[in-house]
Amino acid sequence: MTMNREFIINIMIFGLLIAVGIGAHLAGQGFTVTLATKVAILGLAGVGLNLALGYGGLVSFGHAAFFGIGGYAAGVLASHAANGDPLMFGFGGSNQMLVIWPVAMLAAGFAALMIGALSLRTSGVYFIMVTLAFAQMIYYFAISWPRYGGEDGLSFYVRNAFPGMNTLKPIEYFTICASLLGLALVFSGLVTQSRFGLALQSIRQNPQRATAVGIRATPVRLTTFVISAMITALAGALYADLNRFVSPSMFSWHMSGEIMVFVILGGVGRLCGPIAGAAMFILLEHLLGKVSDHWQALLGLMLLGIVLFAPGGLIGLITKGLDALRKEKADV
Amino acid sequence: MLLAEQLLNGLQYGMMLFLMAAGLTLVFGVMGLINLAHGALYMVGAFACAVVAASTGSFWLGLVASLAVAAAAGALVEMLVIRRLYNRDHLDQVLATFALILVFSEGTRWLFGDFPLYLKLPPALSGAITLPGGLQYPFFRLVIILVGAVVALGLWLLISRTRLGIRIRAGEADREMIGALGVDIAKLYTIVFALGAALAGLAGGLVGSIQSVQVGMGEPVLILAFVVIVIGGIGSIKGALVGALLVGMTDTLGKAVIPGLFARVMDTASANTTGSAVASMLIYILMAVVLLVRPQGLFGARV
Amino acid sequence: MSDPILSIRGLKKSFGALTATDDVSLDLYPGEIHALIGPNGAGKSTLIKQIVGEIRPDAGSIAFEGQVIDRLDGAARARRGLARSFQVSSVIPDFTVQQNVMLAVAGAGGHVFRFLRPALSDPGLTGPAQGYIAHAGLTGREQSKASALSHGERRKLEIAMALALRPKVFLLDEPMAGMGLEGAKQLTAILSELRREAPILLVEHDMDAVFALADRITVLVYGRVIATGTVSEIRANPLVRQSYLGEEA
Repeated sequence: MTMNREFIINIMIFGLLIAVGIGAHLAGQGFTVTLATKVAILGLAGVGLNLALGYGGLVSFGHAAFFGIGGYAAGVLASHAANGDPLMFGFGGSNQMLVIWPVAMLAAGFAALMIGALSLRTSGVYFIMVTLAFAQMIYYFAISWPRYGGEDGLSFYVRNAFPGMNTLKPIEYFTICASLLGLALVFSGLVTQSRFGLALQSIRQNPQRATAVGIRATPVRLTTFVISAMITALAGALYADLNRFVSPSMFSWHMSGEIMVFVILGGVGRLCGPIAGAAMFILLEHLLGKVSDHWQALLGLMLLGIVLFAPGGLIGLITKGLDALRKEKADV
Repeated sequence: MLLAEQLLNGLQYGMMLFLMAAGLTLVFGVMGLINLAHGALYMVGAFACAVVAASTGSFWLGLVASLAVAAAAGALVEMLVIRRLYNRDHLDQVLATFALILVFSEGTRWLFGDFPLYLKLPPALSGAITLPGGLQYPFFRLVIILVGAVVALGLWLLISRTRLGIRIRAGEADREMIGALGVDIAKLYTIVFALGAALAGLAGGLVGSIQSVQVGMGEPVLILAFVVIVIGGIGSIKGALVGALLVGMTDTLGKAVIPGLFARVMDTASANTTGSAVASMLIYILMAVVLLVRPQGLFGARV
Repeated sequence: MSDPILSIRGLKKSFGALTATDDVSLDLYPGEIHALIGPNGAGKSTLIKQIVGEIRPDAGSIAFEGQVIDRLDGAARARRGLARSFQVSSVIPDFTVQQNVMLAVAGAGGHVFRFLRPALSDPGLTGPAQGYIAHAGLTGREQSKASALSHGERRKLEIAMALALRPKVFLLDEPMAGMGLEGAKQLTAILSELRREAPILLVEHDMDAVFALADRITVLVYGRVIATGTVSEIRANPLVRQSYLGEEA
């Protein structure tokens, strides 16, 4: 029953995003298409984090590291492809998304393996601080490494290419991003329902019990952390291509916080929660930004309100609302 | 000579980090709360000091203001928001205190704008003095070291010798127990939180006198304070002191020494860039080593 | 008597100045219920934790089915059939009954790294799980959340999960704790069922249950074994009467 209702809400959220993108395109609103693309990309970053945070209970405050690594993979490969400098081992960079994505994901996966192996020696509040610190380390590295722009970041003028598509057209790039988001949703849905997903969620809820039935927590958590990082890195690569620009701010603690906000705003451990969260965040940025330059203060107050008074996030609110409605109907 | 100066710089940096980390670790030890907004209180202290010092002309009043305003802001935040979070999981605490950062940062930006403020030191504190051995060293940095040492001593006395200290230690050991003993927990928590905030504000006021005062100055320091706590062990004041000094020394000496080391094996320009990139990662590598050897931190009881 | 299935030799564990386990040796034989009793602070829980691999002993050795298992971690010991059960909150509250039992089946099989196949359509999980659910008397409740079960049903779920591990030994850590008189009676009946599946090492405060169920009893005081024997031997042992049962009276 609940599974069904949750499934319908998921379809509705994803469908709404697609509808907004296509509708805006048909109405000739290129800017709105780009906004929808941004929602899809940031939602994807959140879907990645949600796997670790929502299902695994791993409160990573360092996912900007992977987001940024994905972004820099795109930026660095594209810049080498543009100026012809060989990157390493005679490999000359690439402007093909189909090359860039796997590189971005592998690089982030490797970083996550290292960071995860160290961070998972701790738990609870230590884990939060350690992941945050390692992301900050990469942030400072990016700032002080001048080869790829240092503090100023790295621009590239042409969006990378995808076979058979004109990626510079907003609607075509939206199609690419939304499709990847769809794939990631299906993947994450399957993983959470699989044996692995059962093990992961049991470890979150009752680690002692999981051990008692023969499940070792650390390998399961580390695997989750790596997968989660890879998805977030893919989003980073797409984000770099959306802006045709990468900068150390992709690695910043603020970015980690935002990705986390998408997840929590939408509802922790709900498949489409991060999309709802990212959409709400971008909508607020857009609407409140018109009202006041200091919209982030308003955002902060709203976030506080949600944490203190509406745990469960947006989808939690919606499902609760539906329950209340149904109950009213039943009472009548 | 240069090394001695860098050692003092490292000590000064470490003491400043200790002021930050002590509050964080105290709040976590007693209330079990992770407070991201601790950096915002540091910023509040710095602004309070800058504004009061500029309008009254007295740096000392500015410092008093940094303590008082940060403590007041801390107590207010504790009563309005933080106390609703003690029984929540860490995720809620992270999100709520992240939201507090947004509110504090944007609020400060709204009041003071984006331009950094600068504090002017009184003549009594500015200038350099000559240390035994002939080293010229800025007097104010020595003052910061001294303040850090005094605070460390004061905290130790507070926790080991006073009634409040007994309650704090009881709170760390067993939260229900102190309630049963008739201690007003709500009041105790507000006091502890305000104390931590005051220390952060003091750090902000002091550092604001040698750097610029601006929005967003708190978070990089906050994250360093996290590194300090992870190294020292959470909840331990001693760990905070040792961790802070380690981090301060490692960072300062690393930045001073590593580019020079690299210059022996590569040309100067790339040694500078590579060296400074590596030096900026040094304290995190230190943290990684501590995690490998003692995941609970040097003075932590257990994870 | 045949060879012991679980054999503990010279186990020692101190925490600072406190010696929680002091040279404890103990054997569990096939088919028996062996009770471990002792006053509070006698080191019963510490002993169990060392057996399941949650904490490492300072000295001594544990052999399971004739093999030394000192170097195995908790999960590996559980997969070998050393099942610890009936602890406080030992089910996964947000999972359904079926998911809980499937988890135990998956864990016992050691195959949790399967990512894409929905667990619910995996006959290698659902089939055995159905069997254990039926065995424990929970048929019809498969889709209920564990958090919604009654106390008695939760015990049954725990039994189903314990069975799914296909244990060679049950380690039961105070199964009667927090149960009313009626619950304790029911559980006593269930335990005498369980012993047909595997021998039981039972840590328990409830003396009635211990004397009703146990074949042999080991008495632990201040981390030391002061007596081991049959129920009547223990009842008659003057040392036990003085240092332990005496306190009860």
